[in-house]
Amino acid sequence: MGLFRRKHAVLPGFGPSLGYTIFYLSVVVLIPLSALFFKTATLSWDQFVTAVAAPRVLASYRVTFGSALVAAAVNGVFGVLVAWVLVRYRFPGKKLIDALVDLPFALPTAVAGITLASIYSANGWLGSRLEPLGIKVAFTPVGIMVAMIFIGLPFVVRTVQPVLEELDQEIEEAASCLGASRWQTFYRVLFPTMLPAILTGFALAFARAVGEYGSIIFIAGNMPMESEITPLLIITKLEQYDYAGATAIATVMLLVSFLLLLSINMLQKWSRRFADN
Amino acid sequence: MSIDIVGISKNFGSFTALDQVSLTVPSGELVALLGPSGSGKTSLLRIIAGLETPDSGHILFNGEEATARQVQERKVGFVFQHYALFRHMTVYDNIAFGLTVKPKKTRPSKLDIRDKVFNLLKLIQLEQLADRYPAQLSGGQRQRVALARALAVEPQVLLLDEPFGALDAKVRLELRRWLRRLHDEIHVTSVFVTHDQEEALEVADRIVVMNQGRIEQQGTPSEVYDHPATPFVFDFLGNVNLFQGRVHEGKARVAGLELATPEHAAARNAPAVGYVRSHDIEIERDALDVSALEAEVRYVLSVGPLVRVNLALTDGHGIEVDLARDVADRLSLSVGERVYARPRKVRVFTEDYQI
Repeated sequence: MGLFRRKHAVLPGFGPSLGYTIFYLSVVVLIPLSALFFKTATLSWDQFVTAVAAPRVLASYRVTFGSALVAAAVNGVFGVLVAWVLVRYRFPGKKLIDALVDLPFALPTAVAGITLASIYSANGWLGSRLEPLGIKVAFTPVGIMVAMIFIGLPFVVRTVQPVLEELDQEIEEAASCLGASRWQTFYRVLFPTMLPAILTGFALAFARAVGEYGSIIFIAGNMPMESEITPLLIITKLEQYDYAGATAIATVMLLVSFLLLLSINMLQKWSRRFADN
Repeated sequence: MSIDIVGISKNFGSFTALDQVSLTVPSGELVALLGPSGSGKTSLLRIIAGLETPDSGHILFNGEEATARQVQERKVGFVFQHYALFRHMTVYDNIAFGLTVKPKKTRPSKLDIRDKVFNLLKLIQLEQLADRYPAQLSGGQRQRVALARALAVEPQVLLLDEPFGALDAKVRLELRRWLRRLHDEIHVTSVFVTHDQEEALEVADRIVVMNQGRIEQQGTPSEVYDHPATPFVFDFLGNVNLFQGRVHEGKARVAGLELATPEHAAARNAPAVGYVRSHDIEIERDALDVSALEAEVRYVLSVGPLVRVNLALTDGHGIEVDLARDVADRLSLSVGERVYARPRKVRVFTEDYQI
């Protein structure tokens, strides 16, 4: 019983709510995911290795996880900037911009993909201006990052915003009374306070980018070994009725994502060690 | 370091926070800015610190113009009501912060910083808590850390904005005595803001009473308490009873009492108000002479060492009397009883009184 011992709470119902949580998570998350593992288990070890470690598959991991990390990092910087501007300044149209931030959430991914692809293609509105500079975006790995940045932006903004809103002006005043310059105040006082939220936003943006399919395939060009993302490979395998092969790759993706998210969470826990007690 | 405040005004929109305030804080003194909320005391403190810019007027540090100086250059230690500690830093790092942000040339070595921080920790009696985070400390401990952090940079001036306002009564009492002792040791020019008259009277060398963006009176605690210059100061420092009346050629008639008021010799049948502190009234069972007012006991409350008696005068006007417990025990008043109230000290202000 020791495991379930608990403090007396204001709201009753620990038992039912925990039970419901476990049931719900099982139906929605655990059962589908375990089906993935069971299907993968129909392969022999050699078949499994061949499926998940083929050169083309390995290249797709690099493209997917590499681009997702870059996109999440870009969002980590610019998302903080957007959140900062939205919290700290008052300007006309602020409400509108605040609402715009959420659009990548709401837009169907295919619409986003087609729009980005047409704007960034060689004869598109932006692409035609970048082309003379030697920058190709559409149908290259850069395009993948652009799509990933687009869909990941709201995560960082929306996680950092409330933390910034809560930050007390007095903290900054205290720092400047102690002789800290603006830059010192930012990186010694403000940034460490925001870091846990930035890491959470980064992790969410990263996870979303790794799993993204719809918006990327339109802009990626999908060249094997170069700009082919892992989710596309999985779809390709499914279309060839190679269900076990598809689930094998999915399993690897799942494990890698899980490990990466776990380490980001550990990092996040460390960064907010001051609030644990 | 002395501070001169010359003709400072500050408006927030249509609200006048400070109206031509001038004040001198002598070097090494502990001065209290006392006033109700909205009286401008915090604005004045923030202007001294450089956290707010005045609309007009000057701030001089040691006689030198400092109005345009940046916060960072002013060398002021500022203690906030809600501590404003850096919550992601340990107590040690909080205190060391001001030293570690110094430019490389003037920054003390790691070892010197360590010595300094531990000296301060000893001063605030929290040596064993150096590795804790602010969230793990009590309010009183947090405020002491905030004070040590402000002192670490050896400020020329220490400014405290309602430093004990967020603490519970007992801790507040302890901490303000400790602040007084600390000030006696280090003698840094200090200004603290409070709305608690008892705190100001107990801690400060000088009290500056503020109201509606202006200074009402300044002086030592006993000057301000014993000789209030204005009705506002009288009213703000302690419990007061008001008696309506008139003055005529140096004689006042308030609530049926005749009083000599030579300071109003020029008054001609002017309306006046008599101010009497609630502990400056005696209660008697029998009318010995005409200087006692007949009254009826409405209720009797025990407030710790005092007994608060509410009386209704014959004209229905209510007054409050604070009696020492032994006096009250001897009288053993009961509700509805007829008694006589004798004011010991009455201060009369004419109603058009101006400072």
